[in-house]
Amino acid sequence: MELDQSIIGLTGPVFTFEVDKRHIRQFAQAIGDDNPLYTDEEYAAKTPYGGIIAPPTFPIVIGSEGEGISLDLDPKRMLHGEQEFLYTRPIKPGDRLVCQMKVTDLFEREGKSGKMQFLVLDTEIKDESGEMVVVSRMNIIYRSIQQHV
Amino acid sequence: MLNFVDLYEGKELEPLVKPAVTKVQLVKYAGASGDFNPLHTDDEFAQSIGMPGVIAHGMLVMGFLGEYVNRLAGETAELTNFRMRFGAITRPGDQISCSGKITSLYEEEGQQFARLELSAEKAPGKVVGSGQASLRFF
Repeated sequence: MELDQSIIGLTGPVFTFEVDKRHIRQFAQAIGDDNPLYTDEEYAAKTPYGGIIAPPTFPIVIGSEGEGISLDLDPKRMLHGEQEFLYTRPIKPGDRLVCQMKVTDLFEREGKSGKMQFLVLDTEIKDESGEMVVVSRMNIIYRSIQQHV
Repeated sequence: MLNFVDLYEGKELEPLVKPAVTKVQLVKYAGASGDFNPLHTDDEFAQSIGMPGVIAHGMLVMGFLGEYVNRLAGETAELTNFRMRFGAITRPGDQISCSGKITSLYEEEGQQFARLELSAEKAPGKVVGSGQASLRFF
């Protein structure tokens, strides 16, 4: 079954994500990123950020936290092709983020082995007053049925 | 750290070579990111779906590029946009090199920006992730 345009605009449930210092530290450590901006309060306070921030790919954690959107998708056909982050400001410890996933686009392209569909899923991450913090955009390739063995 | 005045289009930036990826690192990344797909942590499972063994999370590779770009930005600039297309798989033992180049410099509403092209490779020409970033100078 192919996806159709009617899914554009579908949204998942709104959820809240609380950012804590330990989580930021563990995320940076897993990457092996020892930039003191993510762990050292004293250092970070003297930078233009004014305090600890999260590494740039941290919003991916938030995307995996929500329940997502219940689309009738075959996970075997899905391929995470591209990831993008559109930042308004960095995430900081203590942030209570209000998040929601949305289907923002669906388009087709002719690939080497037939038609492929591309699905764009945005997780909008805002602060409690509704100001945008970052958008985490997943570009998913939805392979056609015949090319998948 | 980048200084806007020293930059020009086409400038190659000093690369970052990461230590080889380890299985323990993949376990740590699974825990920290919440992505517990056993493809990244369980060799038996990975082999059952035709992989030689566990492979790294694609987002770990983007994490390496994120480390690289924020090192470059230092205290002079901040990221406004960052994207990466996933390439070849990364396995434990692979050593990833991050490299970058300035593709454009511009001003918008009185603020200075640089656009960078980024690449993560496990060997020369073997791209595991290719991306772009925009930096706004403070």
